[in-house]
Amino acid sequence: MLDSKVPAGPLAEKWSKHKFNLKLVNPANKRKYTIIVVGTGLAGSSAAASLAELGYNVKAFCYQDSPRRAHSIAAQGGINAAKNYQNDGDSVFRLFYDTIKGGDYRAREANVHRLAEVSVNIIDQCVAQGVPFAREYGGLLDNRSFGGAQVSRTFYARGQTGQQLLLGAYSALNRQINNGKVKMYNRHEMLDLVTIDGHARGIITRNMVTGAIESHEGHAVLLCTGGYGNVFFLSTNAMGCNVTAAWRAHKRGAFFGNPCYTQIHPTCIPVTGDHQSKLTLMSESLRNDGRVWVPKTVELAQKLRKGELKISDIKEADRDYYLERKYPSFGNLVPRDVASRNAKEVVDEGRGVGASGIAVFLDFEDAIKRLGEDAVRAKYGNLFDMYYQITDENPYKQPMRIYPAVHYTMGGLWVDYNLMTTVPGLYALGECNFSDHGANRLGASALMQGLADGYFVIPYTVGDYLAGLGFDPVDKNHPNFEKTRKQVEDNVHKLLSLKGSKTVDDIHKKLGHIMWEYCGMARNEAGLIKAKGLIQALKKEFWSDVTVLGENEEMNQSLEKAGRVADFLELGELMVDDALNRRESCGGHFREESQTDEGEAKRDDENFRYVAAWEYQGEDQPETLHKEALEFENVKLTQRSYK
Amino acid sequence: MSGNMNLTLKVWRQKNDKTRGKFITYQANGISPDMSFLEMLDVVNEGLVRKGEDPIHFDHDCREGICGMCSLHINGRPHGPKQGTTTCQLHMRSFHDGQTIVIEPWRAAAFPVIKDLAVDRTAFDRIQQAGGYVNVNTGGVPDANGIPIPKVVADEAFESATCIGCGACVAACKNASAMLFVSAKISQYALLPQGQTERYSRAQAMVAQMDTEGFGSCTNTGACEAECPVGIKLTNIARMNREYLTAKLFKEEEAH
Repeated sequence: MLDSKVPAGPLAEKWSKHKFNLKLVNPANKRKYTIIVVGTGLAGSSAAASLAELGYNVKAFCYQDSPRRAHSIAAQGGINAAKNYQNDGDSVFRLFYDTIKGGDYRAREANVHRLAEVSVNIIDQCVAQGVPFAREYGGLLDNRSFGGAQVSRTFYARGQTGQQLLLGAYSALNRQINNGKVKMYNRHEMLDLVTIDGHARGIITRNMVTGAIESHEGHAVLLCTGGYGNVFFLSTNAMGCNVTAAWRAHKRGAFFGNPCYTQIHPTCIPVTGDHQSKLTLMSESLRNDGRVWVPKTVELAQKLRKGELKISDIKEADRDYYLERKYPSFGNLVPRDVASRNAKEVVDEGRGVGASGIAVFLDFEDAIKRLGEDAVRAKYGNLFDMYYQITDENPYKQPMRIYPAVHYTMGGLWVDYNLMTTVPGLYALGECNFSDHGANRLGASALMQGLADGYFVIPYTVGDYLAGLGFDPVDKNHPNFEKTRKQVEDNVHKLLSLKGSKTVDDIHKKLGHIMWEYCGMARNEAGLIKAKGLIQALKKEFWSDVTVLGENEEMNQSLEKAGRVADFLELGELMVDDALNRRESCGGHFREESQTDEGEAKRDDENFRYVAAWEYQGEDQPETLHKEALEFENVKLTQRSYK
Repeated sequence: MSGNMNLTLKVWRQKNDKTRGKFITYQANGISPDMSFLEMLDVVNEGLVRKGEDPIHFDHDCREGICGMCSLHINGRPHGPKQGTTTCQLHMRSFHDGQTIVIEPWRAAAFPVIKDLAVDRTAFDRIQQAGGYVNVNTGGVPDANGIPIPKVVADEAFESATCIGCGACVAACKNASAMLFVSAKISQYALLPQGQTERYSRAQAMVAQMDTEGFGSCTNTGACEAECPVGIKLTNIARMNREYLTAKLFKEEEAH
């Protein structure tokens, strides 16, 4: 039975009480412990720095050439915090409530409330570090409303909030590297977890420059390794984002929570061809002024696609502003999941636009008429320029083409209230855990969670575990280190022995197509069953017909990719299993069998008000499902409606 | 969808930092003008892998122009022919059919080649570690609005803080100087109230580390500013020189 370890007592007092009840490690004893931190995005950098400040020895790892490049850096919009600086009615409880509701009632109440509580400390911390947030003329911090929130609680640094927050955390990390408390390993990839007597005691890494496969021991291991959106091949994630660290930990006993929950962001630049390597997000804020439409009929859309008609030839009466038509009160500002599904629907009907037909228009003509081109430029200039640069189409003169793209994964390693996985001593922070966003994440909440976990949660909870361990150093001569290292080495050589006819990208792209088609914006039983078969066959194809070049003892990007895709193939199947199991729609998970009369997502609280946590059972064995019931004592479960 | 551009690439190939490198010529055919430069290289690499040849190694990650991991000297210019853009945001429509494109790694003694087009930029990390931070622990900090900062000052600090740490400034400089990079960080903190207490020790520590790493001196040519993908200004270097000079003339406590 899964024990979430949520403390008893009133919601608002749980975290304070829990902090008092957690065991402490004496300052003089902290230096006897070593903590491994994998990943240096917001969660990893903030955790590594904060733990080193407390006196622990930290070893930090990242696959990039510098910790500053982790993909948190690409977040655009902002970071939420319940500061109520705007005096507009925000509060910790309101941020908690919005996040629970936005997640379609599939997140754990206590975790989300804690997130809202510490959100205010994050902003203080970042400002003290010198993060240059946007400010008002009076010199105080500016806020904006974001993602349909009714209060202005989002702090931002132009469209580069993630960059500035990460550089802040990176500076704190650098300070500890300089102090000798953090040993930093750049260009290292974690390839396995070492457990001794069921406890996490170290990791195996590959040095991506020399190929050396090495063991690192520690009293606790923190995975801060981000999301797994690249299972779809095309996503807004960085090229290197992968599930490998989390997946290998999963195979060592860490349960995987809600793997089918993925967020598909509605406003991205559409795919132009098979060469495409990644997708680019256009900020959600564009929907404040842009109108989404497609031609009313398939015939008109076809003529437009073939170039027989120009966009301006389509009369106003022949344009279907489908979001405004279906959701008169929210219009173009419906939540991400609803906007994405509707775009898919009109494209599936054959009314899509652009050469591929897989796009819808986001039109600023009315906004330009109403506000003038200069005002539109002042608001969205950098986004319009980026669009122009990528597509070579001028969005001031013709509508943008947009289409949804995979953006974030709410699922991840299952963790308890202390952020510990089902492997004692192994923790998961930030996007790589499942805990705070339920089935759908709200805008500007990812940065908040990463930093909350790293700065303000783990420094307390990891001490409680370490205090119970004793002071013995981890036995690095324990046979499990060499055994696990050898397994990793064997796996690397197995990959390098593959000399088939397909490239790793060939397989990855195929996997992406399967996931997108059957486990993307809409899922149904028949499709998911089909996908499962296709993925199993693809996995066989990978291990029999892929080619991996070069050798281990060098920088080898073919080998890196191959290892990651092998793990994505296994994860893909689990996502499909999870989506099959969850015969309800919630947030980003839309099961076609479970919809309201109006075609909206319909939850089944009676049967599916739980977290699905999957336990690995061995190669090609079905995983075992464990359930954590979700109790809602402070919010009332309602059906979301945006009519 | 493939395109109709046919290009000749002269690419620097180098097995590792111990072997000599050389240019190898490749044909890139059927390239679409909508591809990004790195997607063009992906296409070439897929072709190489199918032939059993080692693909061209290059650094890249976000492909959105923000992580700073991509590099490449393209026809003699860091990040290629367009102003204000990173290689990952450069598109093939900036080139023409039949063109020959020369692709090299960043060239600087402080950035040794790891393989092909990938170089080691950890010198930048070490400079930041020497003092690119405010000495503040997690927790125990004042309320965020307890430190009011005039908007003009905050905006100026932001302009310096947007540096993506790609190293194009070093690659563009005939002396392989890192002054633009270092000065951007020093400026951010020199401008903000949070950075005042360690203002001068920071400038000295970071400059000392920069020199230790073997970057060259600044001769005010301005190539760094011209090639910076995010528009970091030369005025940062002027500010850094002032900070450094003040630091040398006075002790920290006298300087304030």
